[in-house]
Amino acid sequence: MIQAVFSHGGVIDPQTPIEDFWPFTILTIVKMVVVFTVYMVGVALLTFAERKISAWIQDRIGPNRVLWKGFGQVLADGVKNFMKEETYPEAAYKALFILAPMLAFVPAMVTWAVIPFASPLPTRWGLMSMAVADLPVGFLFTLAISSLGVYGIVLAGWSSNNKYALLGGLRSSAQMISYEIAMGMSTVCVLLLAGNVNLNSIVEQQATQGWNVVLLSVAFLVFFVATYAETNRLPFDMPEAESELIAGYHTEYSAMKFSMFPISEYANMVTASALTSLLFFGGWDIPFTTWDNVPPWTTLKTIVTLGVFAIKVIFFLFTFMWIRWTLPRFRYDQLMSLGWKVMLPAILAYVVIIAGTLLGLDAAGIARSSRAFTGILFGLNLACVGVLLFVLDRGRLLSPAQSRLKSAELSRLRQVASRSTLAPVTGD
Amino acid sequence: MAITVKVLNRPIAEASYLRATLGGMARTFKHMVNPHKVTVQYPEMREPVSPRWRGTHRMLTTEDGKAKCVGCGLCPTVCPANCIKLVPGEDEQGNRYPLVFEIDEFRCIFCGYCQEVCPEEAIHMGRHYENAEYSRASFVYDLERLTAQTHPVSQLWDPSDPAGE
Repeated sequence: MIQAVFSHGGVIDPQTPIEDFWPFTILTIVKMVVVFTVYMVGVALLTFAERKISAWIQDRIGPNRVLWKGFGQVLADGVKNFMKEETYPEAAYKALFILAPMLAFVPAMVTWAVIPFASPLPTRWGLMSMAVADLPVGFLFTLAISSLGVYGIVLAGWSSNNKYALLGGLRSSAQMISYEIAMGMSTVCVLLLAGNVNLNSIVEQQATQGWNVVLLSVAFLVFFVATYAETNRLPFDMPEAESELIAGYHTEYSAMKFSMFPISEYANMVTASALTSLLFFGGWDIPFTTWDNVPPWTTLKTIVTLGVFAIKVIFFLFTFMWIRWTLPRFRYDQLMSLGWKVMLPAILAYVVIIAGTLLGLDAAGIARSSRAFTGILFGLNLACVGVLLFVLDRGRLLSPAQSRLKSAELSRLRQVASRSTLAPVTGD
Repeated sequence: MAITVKVLNRPIAEASYLRATLGGMARTFKHMVNPHKVTVQYPEMREPVSPRWRGTHRMLTTEDGKAKCVGCGLCPTVCPANCIKLVPGEDEQGNRYPLVFEIDEFRCIFCGYCQEVCPEEAIHMGRHYENAEYSRASFVYDLERLTAQTHPVSQLWDPSDPAGE
């Protein structure tokens, strides 16, 4: 924990947080500008990465014409979107039609304000937290803001005055609500373990106890699946579902207003990846060493941890794309039954198990930072994952084939099937 | 009332979404790191064309640059698509030559009979496939155009394997 020591008389210790007004304000603005710029450039490059990765997975080459190795494709796409005509459907509710892309885009950006992306940086004015705003309620803020993103999509669908768009928007809202619950529940486990909602404290907890992914794997799996639903990425891209709804909620959009939706989707992906790595993969923590987690903070530590965090985020972004180009879309009822009938009960049971275990361990007087604590949680986690995978693998939860036949009927049908196997045709 | 569809109980290995997913992920990853490279970067790279390829025509010329055609009229006769227009002429020495020789490449079915029938080995099919034009009229190739083209000509058949086996 970074100890706040507010006692400087002219001499400033770079290891204490900044407390003067102007340095704090100016550094925060600098952080805002830098994070925004890196974020937007990153999102632009992500669209390129998506196209390249999809191409490689499908044995194609992908965009490779514009500038070096096709990297200029990003610029070309941007220019194209700015130059295209903005169309307005006659029956659209114009004010909301214009507002919706912004509503989709802003929450995706705002979430990044609280995400710590490196260890604190010592400056001559004091220790600078490497999050734009190191809010004490950090994680609750991300939950609150990321749920707002659905308004953009729903309003886009409604204001277009188009049936397909409306269906897309409705699906999105239903999907968001369903998976938001499972997602919130899965993070309850993390918060129970960390005992704090500040994202930096969650990182520190993982640095001492081990990453949450090995302690709370079930919560991680549920969170992971829920982020895909939350960001409307395949296999849960019901709101778009181009084979059913043309383009879903953005059917009527064109030019840059349309482009805002993909941008916000990618921005949401970055946020989701960052949150996954923060909550379950230790954030900017480097595994198997405590060098990066303890004062004195140095610039080198900041740079290295920033790199580690970037690697984690990029890995999850890659997974987003990898899964998108592998899995087919769920059917809508499968989506709902997965959310409500599988993930929610599973995670509720898991919360009870984890809460009970923590209570028991605390009552038994096992210190939270001790090896025994980690070991017990890890063992429990192995058991839980084993049970979950066993149940999932029985094919009863996700498989479309669910009817139970009587065994006699089954063997009769199998006999019929074996008799009717086609013998190789021989010419008479 | 939901529609119930009876499905046979399938073996777990087939029915498990989990295993299918992991298998699919492994497969796409394999393709990503080790793709089947099949794309030809067309304008820069070209697949070789068969020597028997029959593309748009080319008229061969003698050493002094005149068309080899003697206006015998065999190719318009044999042409099944009736796409060759030939008006023969004769100069003072009695040499016959084509006054008008036009091939409508839109009507042509690229059968190669004209090349096969030509006694002077004048008209040839070309080993060539980039024929874009801005107007339909420019697909009627006149004698000048036919003689000016330089692309390789078709072999029609392989001399070592005339039956095409």
